Amino acid sequence: MTQLILFNVFNGLIIGAFYALMALGLSLILNLSGVINFAHGGFLGIGAYLAFTLMPFVGFWGALILAPLATALLGIVVERVLINRLYGRDPLYSLLLTFGLAYILEDGTRYVWGPSTLPFSVPTWMLSPLSNEFFFLTGYRLFMVMLVIVVVAALFLLLGYTRLGMRIRAGTLDLETVSVLGVNVRILRNLNFGLGIFLAGLAGVLAAGMLGLQPTMGSTLIMPSFVAIIIGGLGSLPGTLLGGLLIGAASGITVVFWPSASEAVIYVLMGLVLLVRPRGLLGEEGRF
Amino acid sequence: MPLDRRAADAVVWLLLLTMPFWLNWIGGYTALGTRVVVLALAAMSLNFLLGFTGVLSFGHAAYFGLGVYGLGLTIKYLVPSSLAGMALGVIAGTLAAMILGMLIVRLRGIYFAMVTIAFGQVFYFIAYRWNDVTGGDDGLSGWRRLPVDLGFARIDILNSDSALYYWSLFWFAVAVAIMAALLHSPFGRTLLAIRENERRARFLGIPIDRHIWLSWVISCGFVSLSGTLYALLNNFADPHDLRWDQSGDFVIMAVLGGMRNFWGPLIGAAIYVVLQDYISSQTENWMSFIGLLFVLVVMFFPRGLLGMLRRRAAP
Repeated sequence: MTQLILFNVFNGLIIGAFYALMALGLSLILNLSGVINFAHGGFLGIGAYLAFTLMPFVGFWGALILAPLATALLGIVVERVLINRLYGRDPLYSLLLTFGLAYILEDGTRYVWGPSTLPFSVPTWMLSPLSNEFFFLTGYRLFMVMLVIVVVAALFLLLGYTRLGMRIRAGTLDLETVSVLGVNVRILRNLNFGLGIFLAGLAGVLAAGMLGLQPTMGSTLIMPSFVAIIIGGLGSLPGTLLGGLLIGAASGITVVFWPSASEAVIYVLMGLVLLVRPRGLLGEEGRF
Repeated sequence: MPLDRRAADAVVWLLLLTMPFWLNWIGGYTALGTRVVVLALAAMSLNFLLGFTGVLSFGHAAYFGLGVYGLGLTIKYLVPSSLAGMALGVIAGTLAAMILGMLIVRLRGIYFAMVTIAFGQVFYFIAYRWNDVTGGDDGLSGWRRLPVDLGFARIDILNSDSALYYWSLFWFAVAVAIMAALLHSPFGRTLLAIRENERRARFLGIPIDRHIWLSWVISCGFVSLSGTLYALLNNFADPHDLRWDQSGDFVIMAVLGGMRNFWGPLIGAAIYVVLQDYISSQTENWMSFIGLLFVLVVMFFPRGLLGMLRRRAAP
């Protein structure tokens, strides 16, 4: 029993780390540009399928790097053409536009790669369990956790210690002043959007290794990321990370006792958080 | 009320009342007309909140779906009566809106939108996972609508498409009349004031949260009414009716027609339903076209069709 619970909590944390990766990208875009990117799941799908297509040529490791980069490039183009017209407008329009975009990306994936589930093969040595006692610790899972840790650490270092990161953080607080101080806000938002989409693409590759490839993979994964952001508190990246891990662990524990409630439980958790602390766990008061 | 608005009302009602007679003639079918009326009711109810209170809800599918499942479950398991199903469906939707409304009423703008979307998913997962009762992913089938027995008259909505159309239109008319009356009452004027300038309204001593909560509950209640009619139309409850993409469809209907206009969502729903019906019969990739419609509306017609016409007509 202990092993079962341990297994599911660990499993939940992996999924949570993965939700966090996706939600961090969403959060970055939301904080700086005020756009809720519904199409994030669509970009995730694109990242996963690109990795599938690239893998025969560049191998697993190449695909792991190139597919998110290509997705980010697509994101940068989309931001240039469509998203940047939404800044400063009623949030209704950014919701609707990215919603339409999500439809187009999902359907586009289905059109190009077909509607059925495709297998995504990770290197075989990654699939074997590392020890007999902890049978669930496959190399791939461990690798996923390590990668998410590295990426999140890199993200926070980038935001904390580089010029671009400082500008993004400053822009989150007061974009107008940043603009007055001579920063090109157009480019800043563009790069920031690309960074968010890069994280979505990376999450896509990881998801592909775990769940296989399906055109609908993005639209099923986006809602938990929303919940992660709300639980953690809008405007706070550490909060988003915490929210992701929390909902992962919660659904992992629920799987043990009541499997069919494992999806609904994260929304109940969200309700509880909103009841006790409407701004989210680490959210600033009065920001949204 | 200005004369042209009264004329517009008369034209709308005349077209709706005679729809079964001319719809076939222009290539439609009666069930399509019923779909338009039912989804228009949903879009107009949403617009009560969105267009006239200025609160951005992206989670109305949940209450729509509660109506759908409320009716289906009632007829299948409790009472074989369409009217009882409608009543229970509306009660379920309204109650859920009352409770969740208390949690979210203090939130605003983008935060409100996100939380409404996310909360809607609870009901989706209940319907999706509770296989024994709701039929899970396959949807709730094995039941069908029943003729309505009023005691003095019997309306055969089961076998006659046009009876079902007029039954839906009747409830549409009731709901729309109530909403119109509310909007012209002091309560409705207060909602408009909140939409225009919430801070000023607050300084005038208006209890904002209570007004928004009421508007939310009214809006969700009518959406669940349209959900029950939708279930009658389809003889089926689909978990997709509860999902967040359905909420997006309602919002685009309202925006497409023009959300500052009372009849806007009706026009938007008509265009959307007919377009979807046509495109999905022509190509498998209808989702791309619908997505493109979203993008085009936001880029080029953010005020919607009626908003654009009105602007052009104004000097």
